[in-house]
Amino acid sequence: MFAYVVKRLISGVLVLTLVSMGIFLLFWFGPSSPAQPICDRETSNRCTQEKLAVYEKTLGYNNPVYEEYGKFVKGVFVGRTLTIASNEYPCAAPCLGVSFRTKQPVKEELVSRIPATFSVAIGGAFLYLLFGIPIGVAAARRRGTVADKALVSSFLFISSIPYYLFALLTWLYLTITFEVPLFSDTGYFAITEYGPFKWFSGLFLAWVALGIFGCTQYTRFTRGAMVEALSEDYIRTAKAKGLPSRTIVYRHGLRAALVPVVTIFGIDFGTLLAGTIFTERIFEIQGIGWWSLEAVQGRDLPVVMATALFSAVVLIISNLLVDVIYSVLDPRVRLS
Amino acid sequence: MTSVPMTQSSAAERDQHEGPFLQVENLKVTFPTQDGPVTAVSGLTYSVEKGKTLGIVGESGSGKSVSSMAVMGLHDAKSAQISGSIRVGGTEVVGLSESHMRGLRGNSMAMIFQDALAALHPFYKIGGQLEEAYLVHHSSASKRDARRKAIEMLDRVGIPQPDRRVDDFPHQFSGGMRQRAMIAMGLINDPSLLIADEPTTALDVTVQAQILDLLQDLQREFNSAVIIITHDLGVIAEMADDVLVMYAGRCVEYGTAKQILTSPEMPYTWGLLSSIPDVTASTDARLIPIPGNPPSLLRPPPGCSFHPRCVHSSKVAGDLCSTELPELLPASSGTAHLKRCHLTDPVGVYRSEVLPEIAPELVEETR
Ligand SMILES: Nc1ncnc2c1ncn2[C@@H]1O[C@H](COP(=O)(O)OP(=O)(O)OP(=O)(O)O)[C@@H](O)[C@H]1O
Ligand code: SF4
Ligand SMILES: [Mg+2]
Repeated sequence: MFAYVVKRLISGVLVLTLVSMGIFLLFWFGPSSPAQPICDRETSNRCTQEKLAVYEKTLGYNNPVYEEYGKFVKGVFVGRTLTIASNEYPCAAPCLGVSFRTKQPVKEELVSRIPATFSVAIGGAFLYLLFGIPIGVAAARRRGTVADKALVSSFLFISSIPYYLFALLTWLYLTITFEVPLFSDTGYFAITEYGPFKWFSGLFLAWVALGIFGCTQYTRFTRGAMVEALSEDYIRTAKAKGLPSRTIVYRHGLRAALVPVVTIFGIDFGTLLAGTIFTERIFEIQGIGWWSLEAVQGRDLPVVMATALFSAVVLIISNLLVDVIYSVLDPRVRLS
Repeated sequence: MTSVPMTQSSAAERDQHEGPFLQVENLKVTFPTQDGPVTAVSGLTYSVEKGKTLGIVGESGSGKSVSSMAVMGLHDAKSAQISGSIRVGGTEVVGLSESHMRGLRGNSMAMIFQDALAALHPFYKIGGQLEEAYLVHHSSASKRDARRKAIEMLDRVGIPQPDRRVDDFPHQFSGGMRQRAMIAMGLINDPSLLIADEPTTALDVTVQAQILDLLQDLQREFNSAVIIITHDLGVIAEMADDVLVMYAGRCVEYGTAKQILTSPEMPYTWGLLSSIPDVTASTDARLIPIPGNPPSLLRPPPGCSFHPRCVHSSKVAGDLCSTELPELLPASSGTAHLKRCHLTDPVGVYRSEVLPEIAPELVEETR
């Protein structure tokens, strides 16, 4: 198992290298000079050829791409000092560059935004499971009945709505139309600063939108896995032993059905941690998702790079964790 | 569905009751399906005494498993309609409440299944699964008692180093060991009735023989009534006291193992005998599979359900075979021997036509 984890981590580092190279190349060879947006911003849209040349030179865009990529990688390990036009910006290791817009070291901004995204992810994922699994189990036990069919089709309806529309409507109705008291002031309020209630009420609607939409998928997964598990021979054996039906359904059926559900959950949770662009934007939560959206709009290369690398790291780790958990849940699986 | 008055007896009454431990009368099992009702078992009557073994044979789909699962109450009440009478130790189980049924299942009667790998839960240790079977019927027993009992049972069915193997998962056992563990789990509460549904089909020949020996030993030790379901008349010859031959959900021949194996009177049984080469241990006997397919249970053929495949129906006067269902009547070799066939001289047909096909050397002896 240890050797397996090490092997996976090494391949994870390879993936990160490729992702960072890919983004570097995309910007480098993009349609306009990578220095153009920052030049425009700093000169209030009076960026002349000469000024652009200064930015390009100090940012290193005149050097060969591999040389600059090498500097970037070196900065990650030992830190570096960046020069933009006539100013110098120190950037401590692990240096991911300096934001073109705020001139802040990217890493610090990234770290400051993690709690917001993490809060959204925890609450959303909790609701996925809280509603998804019990409703899925209940539907599987009543398979084929009217209640089951009504549930399956209404959930199919919800999940056929595009998520951004669903989240937008949730926000619109609950904060504007009905002005749900307490929860209408959405956003991320750090527990340490504002206390748990403000934190909770600010995120509540985002969780509801995320949770309701996501739990429909978990209901379907759980229902499917449960229907399959309940038709297995070992369920008949459990029944033949004289076990009560609760034990049969939960200890024998659900135990087996959870394995695929947990696998999908691990990946989904990783995706949530990497930042939920729509949710954060619509509910005004200053997390990584919104940040990456702004970075793309402002062509803020260092931030785009950082958010992409962050997603990759989170997904690599969550995939690895899923495999480890899978091998714990299913004794037949051996990691090698 | 006929409702049968519920008789609820205590465990003490159950052990003292008169007559065979299991009595099945006029059992009918119907599954309502989208295409119409499927009658998988009908008019089935048999009984098994403690210490005796009943073999049930028949082709795939003849209703062997469905009838046995009805005895265990394993059919889903929503998808199966069951009528007739099944008395287990004097208790009528058709229509018995689920909670009473649960007290019998795994306790007074147990069932072991064909594919032990699929029938054991892949995520729980063998020992845990045995302990669970013990604890559910011994609510006052401790976890440690249950574990001791599980190890004892594994030892009894011949698992080497049972105190270590008890912590293995099913996939760590060999096929034969898994089936032994299934048997251990079935017998952990000393059931008076054990139903073995094709317990050896998935195993190779030497392991099959070991498992059958084990079952026989355990039956002697526990003095339970045993039903063994099989396709294999070789298994019947070795294990069974009585034999029930099923075709399309009905009993077509019933008798002692000797009667069925040496003087069968129903063409379907003849077909089964022809399809195994070693019933008489003769080396030049031929394997003759029964031509044709089992009938549809959704639209069973009128008359004798075997008539579309029967090569002897021409010997019956008129079109009786295709119009009238033959009754289950005493055969000529003894009162306990029943057969369902219109043939007037089955013994003659068997001697002159069937025996020369399947065991030529026997023809001389019987003359
Ligand atoms: N739930 C069900 N709904 C509809 N039909 C069913 C159901 N269960 C069993 N049957 C039908 O009942 C018939 C008898 O099945 P059964 O499993 O008893 O056969 P079997 O004699 O045990 O065969 P095998 O030797 O293959 O195990 C089959 O034709 C099967 O299709
Ligand atoms: S009743 Fe007729 S068709 Fe049926 S087994 Fe006897 S001879 Fe064959
Ligand atoms: Mg069967």
